Amino acid sequence: MTTVQTATGPAQTMVLNMGPQHPSTHGVLRVVLELDGETVVKARPEIGYLHTGIEKTGEALTYSQAITITDRMDYLAPMSNNLGYCLAVEKLLGIEAPPRARYIRVLLTELTRIQSHLVWLGTHAIDLGAMSVFLYCFREREDLLNIFELVSGQRMMTSYFRIGGLALEPPAGWLEPVKRFLSKFPSRIDEYEDLLTKNRIWLSRTKGVGVINAADAIAYGMTGPSVRGSGVDYDVRKYFPYSGYEEFDFNVPVRTEGDCYARYLVRVAEMRESLKIVRQALGKIPADGPIRADAPGIVAPQREKMKTEMEALIYHFKIYTEGFAPPPGEVYQRIESPRGELGFFIASDGSAKPYRMKARTPSFVNLQALPKLAEGRLLADVVACIGTLDIVLGEIDR
Amino acid sequence: MEERSAGLESPSHAPGPRFVTETTDLERNPVIGKVRAWDSRAVAEVIIFRGELTLVTPHTHLRPLAQFLAGESDLAFNLLSDITCVDRFPVEPRFELNYHLVALARRDVLRLRAKLPGQDPVIETVTSVWPTANWHEREIFDLFGVRFEGHPDLQRIFMPEDWEGFPLRKDYPTEGPR
Repeated sequence: MTTVQTATGPAQTMVLNMGPQHPSTHGVLRVVLELDGETVVKARPEIGYLHTGIEKTGEALTYSQAITITDRMDYLAPMSNNLGYCLAVEKLLGIEAPPRARYIRVLLTELTRIQSHLVWLGTHAIDLGAMSVFLYCFREREDLLNIFELVSGQRMMTSYFRIGGLALEPPAGWLEPVKRFLSKFPSRIDEYEDLLTKNRIWLSRTKGVGVINAADAIAYGMTGPSVRGSGVDYDVRKYFPYSGYEEFDFNVPVRTEGDCYARYLVRVAEMRESLKIVRQALGKIPADGPIRADAPGIVAPQREKMKTEMEALIYHFKIYTEGFAPPPGEVYQRIESPRGELGFFIASDGSAKPYRMKARTPSFVNLQALPKLAEGRLLADVVACIGTLDIVLGEIDR
Repeated sequence: MEERSAGLESPSHAPGPRFVTETTDLERNPVIGKVRAWDSRAVAEVIIFRGELTLVTPHTHLRPLAQFLAGESDLAFNLLSDITCVDRFPVEPRFELNYHLVALARRDVLRLRAKLPGQDPVIETVTSVWPTANWHEREIFDLFGVRFEGHPDLQRIFMPEDWEGFPLRKDYPTEGPR
């Protein structure tokens, strides 16, 4: 507590705990706020309430088993996490997924991005008092979760991407719901925008709130839509393409204002860009072809081959009992998750388990800028600032 | 099947894995050259693995080198993506710190590595160069017990304040009594 000068003379500041049990902290974030009246003097995010030691657990699992725990980090974008991890291990091994798997991966991760942005938009809006947007967003999200369930059998913890390709051949006709979604979703985005973009309450709650300039955003390591709202066009898909993104034609939406409204516009525009990528991916996915790399001893053999070929049976047994051992070395693979740069650092010691598996999660880094966004603003703006950073506590605390 | 093949001009998939080629031309790398010209002692070792460049530097040189890499206008590694630690127990030097840098203007990346002994691992903080290092260093302090000299707020970040031990160290068991 410190003494501050107010209009009526010196006064004491008040310390207020926001969270960890607070609906607008999107999980178990605790922010210790020092308030002068309603003005935030100091904000200090306290994290760790969801720390489950995922990185330590990863060291005790084989490379394939560890895929399942990557889902649990960013539970709103499981496919992005799977992709980042699989690409990292593939880089370590020196293998690449076949084109069919690559394009399906791109298609599904872009749908994941839309799905994650929908949750962000819905919760951000409900935090600021716009209830109906939340219901609309979750209606469309349901369609996407159904697509994920169709291909992987799971709505959220998909673990569908595997090292060297995909877990299973997607079922016949799985592209139908994707196409239906593509045809109806653009008008749904218009609907959200009708409700918010020129809404005066929305404007006054987000415009000029939580401003951060480009230099500060980079200094705080911000990535993803949070930095693109400040005029920095850093998008890993463009800067360091992976999984064939260089073949896709899409724009990176950038705004220069650096406030909550700019970040809102960037994310909404990103949903439209993701639709573009999905549409192109539909045209690129080969009708048939392998979904797993031909890498015996690393990628599980096809079921049919196991019944006719001795080697396939042996490989299958060895992969699932002892795993595979990549060469010793370290790799870092970055991808553009819905929240920003998601990086997987994997150190191999030549054994079947990752010696060290570190996830550079975008929410963890972006949250660090919260004091910069919220200090000097009103208490109610803290809610807008947390919402605009689009944090997922699962990946912050790991 | 019909509409799935629509828009597919050629069967682009080639069967079999495509192995990623590794670059080995170290001498012509401009970043390493610039660092060598600045201070030859700052380059202890250069590793290229899977196309990724790692510059190993003595831990005493790390902060000045970070300052140089971030500040030098034609290098301009302005974004610190990540700092991570690897515990090589029982090998000495035990701790390896990896700094993942991005030069946004040049679209270039670099990994900086410094090694620290198991006995009293301490290194100078880089928060003055990249403020984002604050939480990364707190995380490493929390989970590995590496201290960062000059850090503005070196406290545990995930674990409770009164926690004993450093969970990500290799001599800290994954399950069972500690």
